[in-house]
Amino acid sequence: MIIEALIKIGLVLFVVLTAVSYTVLLERWISAWIQDRIGPNRVGPLGLLQPLADVLKLLLKEDIEPMMAQKWFHWAAPVISIAVAFTVLSVIPFGHTLTIGTTVIPLTIASNINIGVLFLVALTSVGVYGITLAGWSSGSKYSLLGGIRSSAQMISYELTMGLGLLSVVMLTGSLDLNTIINSQANGLWNIIRAPIGFMLFLVSSFAETNRQPFDLPEAEPELVGGYHTEYSSMKFALFFLAEYANIITASAVMTVLFLGGWHVPFADQLGLPELAMSIIGLVAFALKVLGLIFVFIWVRWSIPRFRYDQLMNLGWKVLLPIGILNIIITAFERIYLVH
Amino acid sequence: MGYNTKYNNPSTRRKLTFWERLYFPEIVHGLLTTFKHLFRPKFTRQYPEERWDAPASFRGRPVLVVEDNGTERCVACGLCSRVCPPLAIEVRASETEQLKERYPVVFEINMLRCIFCGFCEEVCPEEAIIMSKEYELVFKDPSEGIFGKDRLLTPKADLKERLDFLAKMRN
Repeated sequence: MIIEALIKIGLVLFVVLTAVSYTVLLERWISAWIQDRIGPNRVGPLGLLQPLADVLKLLLKEDIEPMMAQKWFHWAAPVISIAVAFTVLSVIPFGHTLTIGTTVIPLTIASNINIGVLFLVALTSVGVYGITLAGWSSGSKYSLLGGIRSSAQMISYELTMGLGLLSVVMLTGSLDLNTIINSQANGLWNIIRAPIGFMLFLVSSFAETNRQPFDLPEAEPELVGGYHTEYSSMKFALFFLAEYANIITASAVMTVLFLGGWHVPFADQLGLPELAMSIIGLVAFALKVLGLIFVFIWVRWSIPRFRYDQLMNLGWKVLLPIGILNIIITAFERIYLVH
Repeated sequence: MGYNTKYNNPSTRRKLTFWERLYFPEIVHGLLTTFKHLFRPKFTRQYPEERWDAPASFRGRPVLVVEDNGTERCVACGLCSRVCPPLAIEVRASETEQLKERYPVVFEINMLRCIFCGFCEEVCPEEAIIMSKEYELVFKDPSEGIFGKDRLLTPKADLKERLDFLAKMRN
């Protein structure tokens, strides 16, 4: 069991870390295409080795620690950020099961956790600590402002996120991610059953991952770099990785909750062998995540940043009421449609 | 400070329609715009492979024109060196048996000083110093930046475009 879990952890970490660095490349490409440019194409064929060069560059940079920084916390903050971003992945089911010989391997690291949704919400809340700590411990006004902004923003949007999530939980009647996925097996994904919930979750995901249009914690023209102003070298890279890992995890969570996880509609009627179905499931999951990552990037290069008061207005006065209304709508849907 | 432009003056600003005020349809509108741009032709020039062919009006580094028979046009009058704002040109004259009687023994342009203003070209009575299309000037050492006659003399045939341009624009 432990060996199996370790192998899965290793694999997931490897895949996700690679995916993270390539998400950075994808972001640069898409931003370039949207701006009618070509984007990185020099390092390796088509620029595919660019992430390697980026990582090497970051590794070789000097690690500067500001004089005013709280040493221990300054060091711990990026670790918290990246740890949280990766821990979320432990409950995500990437596929159904993989049968090798007689052993059945569930494609989740922590496969028999039955409060997956709760775990997700709890962990994303912890993610705020990394950023807030970074802002506070740097001993710089820009960092502090970025940190404060991020904590306010994340706390505001967590409510909306929770309400969006709640509609799924209400429809399924379970906190178990596997149950949620299987309830969408008939092709009736939760995005169709709870479209408002999906929109709420999507919008608050942008805020939770500090992405445009809600990237106020690191708004460059206002705050230099926000909470990571005073970070350099690998510690900065950890924040950078955490940010992109968060995009991937948020996409994965949305895939699980709203886009039917690994299910491909009507694929089970093809009568394929079990192994093929597992692989199809994995590929489908990856494609859905990729699509959502594209949405994240696409939105970033289309919508300008909100002002801080606009952000708070949207969170508290618009999204929260819609979220509560959505709960009522979902309740009716649950009573009259699902049964 | 431009408060009263038609875009930010509240009294002349266009009223947003209901759908625009809803914000969400406009987000979709913006997303569609950026999505279209994903497939547009790109503007990027792949520089070292694809070089820019400058138009005739371009002021690159100044060069000295050499006539088809192999003599340089310059008569070493020193006007260019006199007019040069950053004092980048040095001319030392001497006599010659040719019809023009004078020629430059030394003609040096310090390309680290040159500001590509084109005054030398403008002031030259012989149309002997003109601006070329060359814009790639890289030196490893400041002394390499001083171009002597060996690098300045350019056959007339190579400068035809600029000479035609000057002939057209000067009258």
